[in-house]
Parts: sequence; C-alpha cells; structure tokens
Amino acid sequence: MFKKTIFALTLGAAVALGGAANAADKIKIGVSYPTPTHAWAAGMNWHAEQAEKRLEALYPDIDLILVNSPDPASQASALEDMVSVNQIDALVVLPFESDPLTDPVLNVKKSGALITVVDRGLSKEGIEDIYVAGNNPELGRVSAEYMKGRLESGDNIVILRGIPTTIDNERFDAFMAEIEGTGINVLDHKHANWNRDDGFEVMQDFLSRFPDIDAVWAQDDDIAIGVVAALKQAGRDGDGMFVVGGAGMKETIKAIMDGNELQPIDVLYPPAMLATAMDVTVAAFKSNGPVAGRYILGATLIDKSNADQFYFPDSPF
Amino acid sequence: MSSVEVLDTENSPLKKIDFKAIGPALALLILCIIGYLLNPAFLGEGNITNLLTRSAFIGIIAVGATFVITAGGIDLSVGSMAAVISGVMIIIMNGLIDTLGAGLATVLVGCGCSIILGFGAGWINGALTTKGKIEAFIVTLGTMGIYRSLVTYFADGGTLSLSFDLRDVYRPVYYDSFAGLPIPVWVFAGVSIAGWILLNRTAFGRYCTAIGSNESVAKYSAVNVDRIKTTTYIIQGFCVALATIIYVPRLGSASASTGVLWELEAIAAVIIGGTVLKGGYGRIGGTILGALILTTIGNILNFTDLISNYLNGTMQGLIIIIAVWLQRAEWSKKKT
Repeated sequence: MFKKTIFALTLGAAVALGGAANAADKIKIGVSYPTPTHAWAAGMNWHAEQAEKRLEALYPDIDLILVNSPDPASQASALEDMVSVNQIDALVVLPFESDPLTDPVLNVKKSGALITVVDRGLSKEGIEDIYVAGNNPELGRVSAEYMKGRLESGDNIVILRGIPTTIDNERFDAFMAEIEGTGINVLDHKHANWNRDDGFEVMQDFLSRFPDIDAVWAQDDDIAIGVVAALKQAGRDGDGMFVVGGAGMKETIKAIMDGNELQPIDVLYPPAMLATAMDVTVAAFKSNGPVAGRYILGATLIDKSNADQFYFPDSPF
Repeated sequence: MSSVEVLDTENSPLKKIDFKAIGPALALLILCIIGYLLNPAFLGEGNITNLLTRSAFIGIIAVGATFVITAGGIDLSVGSMAAVISGVMIIIMNGLIDTLGAGLATVLVGCGCSIILGFGAGWINGALTTKGKIEAFIVTLGTMGIYRSLVTYFADGGTLSLSFDLRDVYRPVYYDSFAGLPIPVWVFAGVSIAGWILLNRTAFGRYCTAIGSNESVAKYSAVNVDRIKTTTYIIQGFCVALATIIYVPRLGSASASTGVLWELEAIAAVIIGGTVLKGGYGRIGGTILGALILTTIGNILNFTDLISNYLNGTMQGLIIIIAVWLQRAEWSKKKT
C-alpha cells in the first residue's frame, strides 16, 4: 500500500514536472471562437488558420491551439480544457455571447493566462488585457459619408438592415446620424437578416413600392447580392443607381477591382480580425514594447484604388 | 373527427358554405384588400408576379407536405433538404463545366441529379419511418440536422456559388416568362394540378386519407401501409427537388442559411389550407392558398412602415392563427 502510494506520488510529480518543462519549452496560446455557420465567419476561420501557420513558422516556440465551438456551453468547456489539458499561457477568445462566457474567461485569467478578447466584449470590465474589434458605428458612418458624396439633396435611398441586434442598431444609428440634415430622403428601412434571399425579396418590394430610388444601402455583401439581382430583374440597375454593401466578401472586392459601377465600393468589417488578434497576442510575448490595450480596426472604404489589399481569392469569404 | 365535422356542416343551415374551403380564400382576400388600401402599388402587375413567383418555392414543397401530413406523417427536413440539394447541384454543375461545357447539357444533368437526390432523401425518411419504426417527427428531425450540417460542410461554412458561365444558361428558368407568367408559376401550377388529381382522383390518394384517419383499419383493409407512407415521403422529396431546380437560378448560390424554416412555412401553408395536422383529411387547393397567404403577409409588411420591423413575427403569427380560426371555429355553426 505504502509503496504504491509513494510510487503514485513520484509518478504524479514526474508527470507534473514533465508538463512544466513542456510548457516552458513552448508558449501555448489557445484560440477559441464560434463554429462558422455563415460566410463571414468561415472567412474569419480561414484567416485564423492562415495566421496559425504563418506565426508558428515564424516563431518555432509558439504553439497556437485553434478550437471552435457550436454553442456557448461547449465554448465554456473548451476554455476549461485549454487550462487543464493544454495549460495555455494566453487566450484569444471571440465569445459566443457575452454573459455566459464572462465567468469562464475570468477563470482562465485566474490561471495566469494573458487574455485577448475579440469583437464581442465581456459583461465585466477589466478582464481582458487586449481587446481587438471591428467598428460597427464607423461602418455605418463611412457608408453614409460615401452616399453624401454621390447624392444630392432630394435624392431617395432605401436601407436593408441585418438581423435585429445591437450590431445592426449601431450601424444603422451611425448611418442615420451622418446622413441627417443632407436632404437625402430615407424612404424606408427593413430587415433583410444579412441573407441573400431576404435581400432579394425586400428589394423587390421596395422597387414595387417606390418608383424613384437613387441608391441602396445594403449594409452587407450578402444582402447586396440579393439587391443587385432584384435591380437587374426590374431593369432598374442603370441611371447611376448604386448599391453600398459591407464586410469585404471576395466576390464583391473582385467586382470593385474590375470596375463594377453598380457596386463601386465596399466598407470593410474585417473577417481577418481574429488573425489580427492572434498577431497582437503573439506580439505580447515577442515584442520589445508593451502591446496591451484596445485595438479598434478601421471600417475602411474599399474602392478600386485599394481593393487589391483586401482580396483573398483562397478564402471562402 | 373530421368526418363528423363535415357531416355537421352539411346538416346545418349554413350547409351551402364549406368553411374549410372558404376560410383560406377569405383570409387571402382580406389580406389583398388590406395590401391595396395600404398602397395601391400592391396590386400592380409587377408585385403580383413577384408574389406568385415567390410563393412557388414554399407552395411546391407544401403540395408534397400535404400528402405526408394527410397520411398522418410529418417532414421537418424539407428546408435542410432543399439547402443540401441546392449545394450538391451547384457542386456537380460547376464540376461538369470542364467535361460537358457551360451549356444546356450541364444544367440538365444538374437538374437530373437534383431529382435523384430528392427521391433518395425522401426514400430515406420514408424507409426509416416505416421499416425502421421510428416516429416521423424524430426521423425527420434527425435528417434535418444531418442535411443542414452537410451543406455547411460542403460550403466550408461559407457559400457555394454557381459558376457565372452557367448562370446565363440557367437564369431564364427563374426569370423568364411564358404567356405572361414566370416559369416558376407554371411549375407551381403544374405541381398543384398533378397533386390535386393524385390526392382526389386516385386510389393512392384515398389510401393516404385512410391511413391518416386510422392506420390499423387501413392495414386490415389490405392497404400496403408501409409502401403508401414511404411513397408520400418520396413525393415530398420530389417536390423539394423541383423547388430547388427553380430556386438555384435565382441567386445561383446555396449556404447554411438557405431554406431555413421552410419546413415550418410549408407545414403552416398546409394547415392554413385546411388539411388536418394529425392526418386523415387533405386539401391541395387550400395548401396553395396557404402558401399564397404566407407570402402575402411578408410582402404587405414590406409595403408599409406602420408596423415596427421588430413586430413582423407577431403579425405573421396572428394572421396564421386567424386564418385557421376562420375555418375551424364554432362561430360558423352557432349563428343559426
């Protein structure tokens, strides 16, 4: 009995030491995010995988562990595993939802890991060391600014919104604030749920309802695809009509490079933001300067002059 | 139950009015009047064509669902099935461009594959329900998840897009018209007529109703229950395949968000139309009206800004309940 206990203790200590030695060898960074179920998220996943390859080739002592989870509960379990099994030194997390993941991320922090939160903030302040996010209000503002440059007072636009969420409200409110006082009429705005089919049907109905539309703010590239199909079907895609989408879908960027007049620009909501967060987190271990802080990525206006910087033909988005 | 109700109406003073038939038509008429009052453009030729074309997807699927539900079954997998068939069709057609060229042959092979997949998917649902002795709700809940995740997998989480070379060939199937009506509307009409004949004028249709009323009695009356039930799921799969064939040329893409909630819309169309959810009584004509009602609700909500966007679901729910109440409620009998 006694012998066995000593043996077990020794073995345990050996395993623990071995683990410690391994952890000291490599800097382990866990990356946790929702399983992609739509094109933008699939693009994000692709960029993250590319960043993993690139960073691991650049720094042999960095080990990035990418795990995606289909729901908040499994993401919480994945975070526990990252601490207990992988013994991570840093965590990059895009939370599925803020509330249910705040405590799990806090527990990872208590294990001593550096925390980088991406896009969706947590419900408690001060947990994350680094925050990387896109800029939803800026996406709305930049889109409106472009519209102001092309339209005159008295011109009519319609707006197709996303899924009713905070993200959609932030984009919409910023757009409306920027367009206010210009004399440009917003005829109506309806939710098209960031979906091609809904974009097509809502736009068909706008076309039946309003005989004079000068431009469309589709907010999103998927919606814009439906909008463009509806405009072409009704033969109302000429006369300087234009559609402004958003996000940075590769087909849209390609069309901009080719000089498409119906969709001359796009406003970026970077699908590479998780990859950017991974870069910053690795820099926290490798840079000679401090990197902690909040990184709000730009909602860049993509036009023909800069489109090639945002074109990734191998990405699914 | 349902047959008793039918007898009641026949004996009552209101015997001339069959509320099961009138209810959905009345609801659609009221909706159209509301739509016109909100905006006269609602009855414009363009909008009516849009409405009919849009109804075709759910309508064709719902005709199939009428058979399944009449025979006492349910199919929850149709939306996911439509998505996965669209996806596979697009992959096959894109892959065939090199060998068959970007022409009619490729599109025809794609459509053929769609039909085969529809038959296959329907047969799986049917066989698992009858031979596997698993409740239809569970079988199709399972296949719903399977088909949905398969299309996500095929699309790598993103969107599958039909090659632009093929779109010019395939596009007319959705966008062109014949004798003033878009092609999808003709397909919808054809499916409806075929469905009506099959349900009301053939032995198969009577067997469906008999099985839905009482499966045991049907079995003792020498009806091959398993085969008939499986056939209803195959018809459903075939209808989904047809709907897919006219859906794909619209936007030329399929993704994980294709066909989401179509199963509920199809079932709602069937029930609004007067078919009984627990089986034994089916109405194809009602199903068609049901599909039109559902599309019209969405269309009207886009035509007005009186109602907050956030309440769209509330309006849809209310109208569905009212439409069914119009045909079921006791009020039609109490007024003597």
